[in-house]
Amino acid sequence: MLNNEAILNRINENYGSEVVISEENFGILTIEIKAEKTHEIISWLKRDEVLECSFLTLLGGVHYPDDKGREFAVVYHLHSWTNNFRLRLKVFLPSENPSIKSIVDIYNGANWMERETYDFFGINFEGHPDLRRILNMDSMDYFPMRKEHVLEDATREDKDDRFFGR
Amino acid sequence: MSEITDNNVSYKSKETIDGNYATINFGPTHPATHGIFQNVLKVDGEKIISSEQTVGYIHRAFEKLAERRPFNQITPITDRLNYCSSPINNMGWHMTVEKLIQAEIPKRAQYMRVIIMELARIADHLICNSVIGVDTGALTSFFYPFSEREKIYEMYEEVCGARLTTNIGRIGGFERDFSPVFHEKLKSFLKTFPKAFEEFNSMLERNRIFMDRTKGAGPISAERALNYSFVGPNLRAAGVDYDVRVMQPYSSYEDFDFIIPVGVNGDTYDRFMVRQEEVRQSLRIIEQAYNNLPEGSYKADIPEFYLPPKEEVYNNMEALIYHFKIVMGETEVPVGEVYHSVEGGNGELGYYLISDGGRSPYRLQFRRPCFIYYQAYPEMITGMTLSDAVLTLSSMNVIAGELDA
Repeated sequence: MLNNEAILNRINENYGSEVVISEENFGILTIEIKAEKTHEIISWLKRDEVLECSFLTLLGGVHYPDDKGREFAVVYHLHSWTNNFRLRLKVFLPSENPSIKSIVDIYNGANWMERETYDFFGINFEGHPDLRRILNMDSMDYFPMRKEHVLEDATREDKDDRFFGR
Repeated sequence: MSEITDNNVSYKSKETIDGNYATINFGPTHPATHGIFQNVLKVDGEKIISSEQTVGYIHRAFEKLAERRPFNQITPITDRLNYCSSPINNMGWHMTVEKLIQAEIPKRAQYMRVIIMELARIADHLICNSVIGVDTGALTSFFYPFSEREKIYEMYEEVCGARLTTNIGRIGGFERDFSPVFHEKLKSFLKTFPKAFEEFNSMLERNRIFMDRTKGAGPISAERALNYSFVGPNLRAAGVDYDVRVMQPYSSYEDFDFIIPVGVNGDTYDRFMVRQEEVRQSLRIIEQAYNNLPEGSYKADIPEFYLPPKEEVYNNMEALIYHFKIVMGETEVPVGEVYHSVEGGNGELGYYLISDGGRSPYRLQFRRPCFIYYQAYPEMITGMTLSDAVLTLSSMNVIAGELDA
């Protein structure tokens, strides 16, 4: 059984220069890596005989509009079943051209998860076989999970309540 | 979701001849899809050449909604993910928040959760397996399990008052202890269900017609299933024994003795068999949990998150303050990122929660197993017949609510 320190050491040995920050969040090692090498690192994590992160649990986006130059994050949750640890990889992208290499060729399950991330955040996955919207209509011209699209304020008072059954 | 236009072939509901192949619309409102998904199949006679999926018909923007809601108001959203086993979704969410606020949950509450979650798993698997029966033409096997499922729903009713969208439990445990009626109902269920279940099982398990129809329908290899991030019974049917309850136990699952059934071929028959065995194992877990139900409280001592009893709100200043804060959603939470997963009816159901300390999550992402494994569907049905496609869909237990969030 590997502990988080050993996992981080193993990653640092091979890709130490690509790791920006690492921290532990509620038992899961979180590593921020540089965008260019993401595909290479994930592919190595899957193949590596010590870590064997053979399972992609989750892939999704996060929007941090106040963080200049790194507004978008793509978060990968990997799971190594042989060692039973989870690993969270975070990659930050600028808002001008949020674009990252697709990992569909490594994990086929990433296909729809990347489409969903594109659909909701507008993050472009280079090399994705079929990057279209998945849950929203094709004619939609914005990316709804971005923070600039706020939901209606629950306490607004300018509505005529008779029409809303309140 | 692809837009429907006149030029789009998917709009045409009748068969259209395209060269030698016909294009058939399977869904979105076809009774055999058991939910709203569109599959455009290109068929050569009965054989499927290729297929294309459209999802998102009942997308309700849960992840966006969650960014506006206080933590306790997110529970009703999770009901509507996999609505065949909503208690598992509810409790998965409660456990995620408890992990974030590092609440200590009493053993009794944990065991009570296990009982409810395993009842939910039985209900989920019963529906899925009886629907496989319907799709092979056996309607009897659909009606009989429903009287058993009804008993489970009555037990939910006894605990939380609701049946389908349960909103069961609270952050920190339960709203009340199991009532005497619940104890009675559970005891009689544990007594009568095994016999009824074996009766249902004997209708299909060695039924010649059923076996001929389901064996070899929609198979997937373990390697492909892993690559597609399969989880739950569908993955176990392919021969991989991954179960969150064992791999990363939550809510005291490490206390119970149960086995994880695995299949060999990953086809419809194996998926059916794995679910049948899981029902038996769930029963075993419920019996163990119920017989060893510890004494103690049914809720954790977290006044900032758990609503105080009404009498106290009227008579106690602190309780009034907490009541106000919880109802208005003004409770402070720690900053952090949590990933918590539970074994739902369809496999690993995960919650990725980013909290910035505000009243609602900064970002909440659901790992919806259906959404992730449904993308393997075209690969599984290519080369199969049209009737196998129906069977594969129902045996994968694709739930529209979970698929579309």
